Amino acid sequence: MSFRNPSRRKVLKIGAAAGVTTLATPYFFSRGAFAQSMDYRNAPQGDSVTLGFNVPQTGAYADEGADELRAYQLAVEHLNGEGDGGMLNTFSSKALEGNGVNGKKVAFVTGDTQTKSDAARASAKRMIENDGALMITGGSSSGVAIAVQGLCQEAGVIFMAGLTHSNDTTGKDKRANGFRHFFNTEMTGAALAPVLKNAYGTDRKAYHLTADYTWGWSQEGSIKKYSEELGWETVDAVRTPLGAGDFSQYLTPVLNSGADVLILNHYGKDMVNSLTQAVQFGLRDKQVNGKDFAIVVPLYSRLMAQGAGEAVKGIFGSTNWHWSLQDEGSKAFVKSFGEKYGFPPSQAAHTCYCQTLLYADAAQRAGTFRPSEVGKALEGFDFDGLGNGPVLYRAADHQCFKDVLVVKGKENPDSQFDLLEVVEVTPRDQVEYPPELLGGELGPYNDGV
Amino acid sequence: MIATFSRSDWLLLIAFIVIVLTLPWTMQPIGAAYPDLLQKFAIYGIFAIGFNILFGLTGYLSFGHAAFLGVGSYAALWSFKLLTMNVLPALALSIAVAGVFAFLIGYVSLRRSGIYFAILTLAFAQMSYNLAYSVLTPITNGETGLQVRAIRDSAATSLRDGDVRVIDQFLGIPEIGVPISNLFGMKMSGYSGFYFCAALLILGFFLALCISRSNFGMVLKAIKSNRNRLEYTGVNTRPYLIAAFVISGMYAGLAGSLLSITDPIAGAERMQWTASGEVVLMTILGGAGTLVGPVLGAGVIKYAEQKVSSWNEGILHNAVALLPEPLQDLLVWFFSFFVGEGWHLTLGLMFMIIVIFLPGGLMEGFRRLRRAFSGGRSADSAKTATTSTVQEKS
Amino acid sequence: MDAIFLQILNGLDKGGAYALIALGLTLIFGTLGVVNFAHGALFMLGAFCAVTLNRLLNTSFDRVNEAKVDFLGKPLVEKVPYLEQWFGPEVSGFLLDWSVPISLLLAVFVMALIGVAMERGLIKHFYNRPHADQILVTFGLAIVLQEIIRHFFGANPIPQPAPDIVAGAANVGGLLGLGDNVYYPWWRLIYFLFSALVIGGVFAFLQFTTFGMVVRAGMHDRETVGLLGINIQRRFTIVFGLAAVVAGVAGAMYTPILPPDYHMGMDFLVLSFVVVVVGGMGSLTGAVLAGFLLGILQSFASMTEVKSILPGIDQIIIYLVAVIVLLIRPRGLMGRPGVAED
Repeated sequence: MSFRNPSRRKVLKIGAAAGVTTLATPYFFSRGAFAQSMDYRNAPQGDSVTLGFNVPQTGAYADEGADELRAYQLAVEHLNGEGDGGMLNTFSSKALEGNGVNGKKVAFVTGDTQTKSDAARASAKRMIENDGALMITGGSSSGVAIAVQGLCQEAGVIFMAGLTHSNDTTGKDKRANGFRHFFNTEMTGAALAPVLKNAYGTDRKAYHLTADYTWGWSQEGSIKKYSEELGWETVDAVRTPLGAGDFSQYLTPVLNSGADVLILNHYGKDMVNSLTQAVQFGLRDKQVNGKDFAIVVPLYSRLMAQGAGEAVKGIFGSTNWHWSLQDEGSKAFVKSFGEKYGFPPSQAAHTCYCQTLLYADAAQRAGTFRPSEVGKALEGFDFDGLGNGPVLYRAADHQCFKDVLVVKGKENPDSQFDLLEVVEVTPRDQVEYPPELLGGELGPYNDGV
Repeated sequence: MIATFSRSDWLLLIAFIVIVLTLPWTMQPIGAAYPDLLQKFAIYGIFAIGFNILFGLTGYLSFGHAAFLGVGSYAALWSFKLLTMNVLPALALSIAVAGVFAFLIGYVSLRRSGIYFAILTLAFAQMSYNLAYSVLTPITNGETGLQVRAIRDSAATSLRDGDVRVIDQFLGIPEIGVPISNLFGMKMSGYSGFYFCAALLILGFFLALCISRSNFGMVLKAIKSNRNRLEYTGVNTRPYLIAAFVISGMYAGLAGSLLSITDPIAGAERMQWTASGEVVLMTILGGAGTLVGPVLGAGVIKYAEQKVSSWNEGILHNAVALLPEPLQDLLVWFFSFFVGEGWHLTLGLMFMIIVIFLPGGLMEGFRRLRRAFSGGRSADSAKTATTSTVQEKS
Repeated sequence: MDAIFLQILNGLDKGGAYALIALGLTLIFGTLGVVNFAHGALFMLGAFCAVTLNRLLNTSFDRVNEAKVDFLGKPLVEKVPYLEQWFGPEVSGFLLDWSVPISLLLAVFVMALIGVAMERGLIKHFYNRPHADQILVTFGLAIVLQEIIRHFFGANPIPQPAPDIVAGAANVGGLLGLGDNVYYPWWRLIYFLFSALVIGGVFAFLQFTTFGMVVRAGMHDRETVGLLGINIQRRFTIVFGLAAVVAGVAGAMYTPILPPDYHMGMDFLVLSFVVVVVGGMGSLTGAVLAGFLLGILQSFASMTEVKSILPGIDQIIIYLVAVIVLLIRPRGLMGRPGVAED
C-alpha cells in the first residue's frame, strides 16, 4: 500500500462516514440540519462534507450509472489527495490542493434513481434530509435531471447535472441552483450539421424516427432546424413509443418513402435496437436517389454503441467527450480511471467527474459551501484542462459551452472500447447560442433557510 | 358501524394510532426517521389499505390501480396550478376525479372476473400510462412531469410554463420563488407534511375498519368466498363490487394527491404496470385481507427501495468494522450482492421466502410467533391478535 | 400496396415471437393451473444461452501485441480465442458466425434442465395455492434470475449478430414477383418460419402422441385423469420443461433482432400475458391466433396514415384490442368457461 495508491477500502470508508454519522444524529423536528446551523441547508458540521451521488443503479441505464459512480469515487479520492490526482493536475484553476474542500474531507452517499423521476427525487431527498448532503449530482436521463433539479432548488442545495442532453435542463426548466456541464440537443444540431454537409451534401431527404417524449422531440427539433438550413428536406418525422423493442413496423415505411437519410432520435436501448434493426433492413447498404443511404444517430454513447456492435460502423453522431482525445486533461483522466478500473471511462463518467471537480473548486474559491456563493463562483467561470478545451460556465443559464465532438463508428476497431473515432471537433463559437433562445428563467438562489 | 366494533378492534385502532404517530422516534434506530420516507410510508400505506378493500375483501385482483394514483396526482397538481396552493381543494378534486375514473374503469372491467378482470384493469392502466407519456403531454407534461410554476404574467405563456391560481390571486396571497403547497399557511413538506399524511392514514385505516365490520363488508367477504352462492340467494353482487372498486380507487386517488401535496410534481411512470404491481406485492407481502398487513408491506418495500439501495460498500465496511480484516472482506463481498445496487435481489428473495414459508404474509409470521410464545393457550390469544383477519378458507 | 405487404410481414414476424412466448405460458396455465410470472425470465435466459455460447467460443488467452498500444499507452494485450489457436481462423470464424443457430442446441438442453428444476423445486408446491401466491413467488423468482444474469453480464444490451449470409435483407418482392421495392431481413423471415415450425411441432406432439393425449386430457379435467391412475405429476414436470424450452429457443433465436439484456424478460412479460388472455387462458390455438392477430394489428397501427387519424394509437393498440376482445368474448378468443374465472 503505497502513499500514492491507497487501498480501495480506505476511500470507501471515508465515503461511508456520512452515512453512519447521520444514523447517530438526532434529526427529528429539526427539519434537516437547520437547528444546527441557520446559515444554509446542511452546512457541514465536523471535519467532513457530504456529497450525494444519485445515479441509476437498476434498470436500463444501470451500467452507465455504475460508470458514473466509479468516476465520482475517483473524483473524491483526488479531492482528498489520494491517487495520482487525475485532472486536478491539468485543471486551469489551482484553488484545490488535494486536502479536501475548504479544509474538510470529502465524503459521499449514494442512491438509486431507477431512471424514474419519483424514485430519483425520493433518493435525493433521503440524501438531503437524512444524510446531510449539500450537493446532489448524477442522473442518466433528462426527465430525471429536471425533476431532481427542481427538488434541489426547493430544498436549497446545489444540483450538478450528470448526463442530461435535453435543451430544457438549462432552458425552459433551468433553475438557479442547477448547473450542467454536458451539452444539449441544440449544440448537437449545430455541431453535426457542417459534418453532415461535407459527408452527404446539401441535397438530401431526411426521415426521422423519434422517441416519443420530451428529449426525443427536442433532438428532432434541433436536427430539423439545422439540417433544413443546409437545404435538406424532411420527408417525415415519425414518433415511436419509448421502449418499443421491435422497430420493424417503423422501419419498413422508410424503405419506400424516397428518403435517403434516416435520423434516429433515440437513446439507450431504443438506439441500440432501432440501429441494429435498421442495419438489418439493409438501410446502410442501400442506394436511393442515386446516393448511398445514410443513417445518423445524433447522440452517441460509447456504452450503448457497444450494445449495437457491428451496426455502428460508419455512422455519424455527436458526443460530449471521448477517451481517445489527446489533450493533457483527457489523458490524465483516462490514465487514472484506466489504472484504477481497467477500462477507459465513458462520457457519462467524464461529465460526472468534471462536475464534482468544478463544484469543489467553486466552493474552495468561494470559501464556503453556501449555494448562492458557490453558484456565483461557477457563474461566468472560464476554465481549461478538463478535456474539452477552454470552457465557459455561462452565467445566464448555468450551461457549459465547449467544443463538441462529432464521431463516427470505427470500421476496424482495435479493442472492445475502440468503437468510435473523432472526425471533427466543432469549436465552441459555432455551437453557442443566445440564452434567450431556449426560454425559461433561473430565478433566485435558494440557500434553504 | 362503530357499534359493531369489538373491544379488540378499538385496541387495534388505538395501537395503530400510537405506532403511526411515534414513527419519527421509533424509526430512528433503522435510519428511516426522515420526513420523505415517513411520508412515503404513510402515503403508500393509504394506497395499500385501499387496494386491500378490493383485493383483500372481494378477492378481485386489480393490476391497474396505479392509474388512479396517477390520475389523483395530476388532479392535485392541476388544482395547484389553476386554483390555489392550499391542499384541501387538491385533496377533494383528486378523490373525486379518481372516483369517477375508477367508476368508469370498474364498470367495464367488473363485467369479467378472475384473471380476465386483472388483464382488463392492466390494459386500462397501461393505456393511461402510454398516453400520458406521449400524446397527452399538453396535460401531463410527459416525461418531465407536471410541476407548479410561478404565476404567469402574460396570457401568451402556456399553462405548462406558468400557473393561474385564481383563488390565491383573488385572495392576494403573495408568492416568492417556487410556490409551496400548504394547509392555510402550514408548509406541507417536512414533518408537518408527514403528520398531515399520518392523520389521513389513520382516518383511512379507521374507515377501512368500519367497512370491514359493516354489512357491506360482510357482503364483500361473501363474494370472495363464493360469489355464485351469494347470487343464488338473491343478492345482486355487481353494485357491491363496483362500490368496492370505486372506494379503493378513491383511496388510490387520495394517495396520489398526497404524493403531489408533499412533493409537487407528477410523472407518468406512477401509472406504469410496475407501480400497479408494487401495490399488489405490498399487500400480499404484508398479508392480504388483514387490515395492518398492507401498511406493513408498504413500509417494508419502501424501506428497501430507499435505504437498502443506499448501503454501498463503504457503509458495509463500517458496519462490520470491528471484525478482523479477512472476515470483513468476506462479509462485505457477500452482503454487497444484496444491498446497494443489488437491492432488487433482496426484494425478489424476500417475496419468494415469504410466499413459500408464510403464505399469509408478514402478518401470518407474527401470528405464528405469538402462537409459539403463548404455548398451549394459543387458540384464543392468537385470535385476539387477528380478529381483523379474514381467513383464506371459509 | 408494398407498404401493406411489408406491414403484414412485420406482423407475422412479431406475431411469431408473441405466439412462441404465449404458447408456453398458456400451456403451463392450462395443464398445471399456475400463473407463471417468471416466463419472461425464461425467454431472457434462452437469449443468454446464445450469449453464453458466444462467450464460450470466444474463450481466449492474452497475447501481447507490441505493435499496437491500448488506451493507457501500454502494449496492446490482444485476446486470442483458443479455438482460433487450435483450429485456425476459418473454423473458429465459422463457429462464431453461426453461434446463434448453434446455441439452439445449448438452449434446448439448458432450458429443459432449468424448467425441470424449477418445476420440481418450486412450482409443484404451488399447484393448490391461490393465483396471487403463484404470481408473487414467480415474480420474485423472475427478479432473482434477472439479477443473477445482471451480475454476470451487466445491464447493457449485448449484440448477437446473425450469420453473415443471412445478416442482410432479402429481395422478397423479386422472389414473389411484386417488383423490386420489397426488402425484408433474412433473419426475420427465418424467425417467422422457425416460430411456425416450433408451434407446429408442439401441436403435433400434443395431438399425435399418447403423452400429448394425456396432457390434453389433463387440461380438460385434471382430477379424472389422476383417478385413472396415470402419473400426472411426472407429466407436469415434462410439460413445464417443454414450455421452458419453447420460451428459451424463442429467446435465443430473437437475439439478432433484439440485442439481449437482463431486463428483456420483464419487457415481454405483460405483453405475453395480454396475448394469452386475448387468446383465452389455457387455449393453445387461441394463444397462437392472438399472437399473430396482435402482431399484425400493432404493425398496421404504426403506419403514419393510421396515426394521422388516431394519434397515439400505436401506443395503446394492444391493450385496446384486449379490452374489446374481452368485452365481446368473455373468455378471450378460444377460452373455455370456468377456466381462470375464480
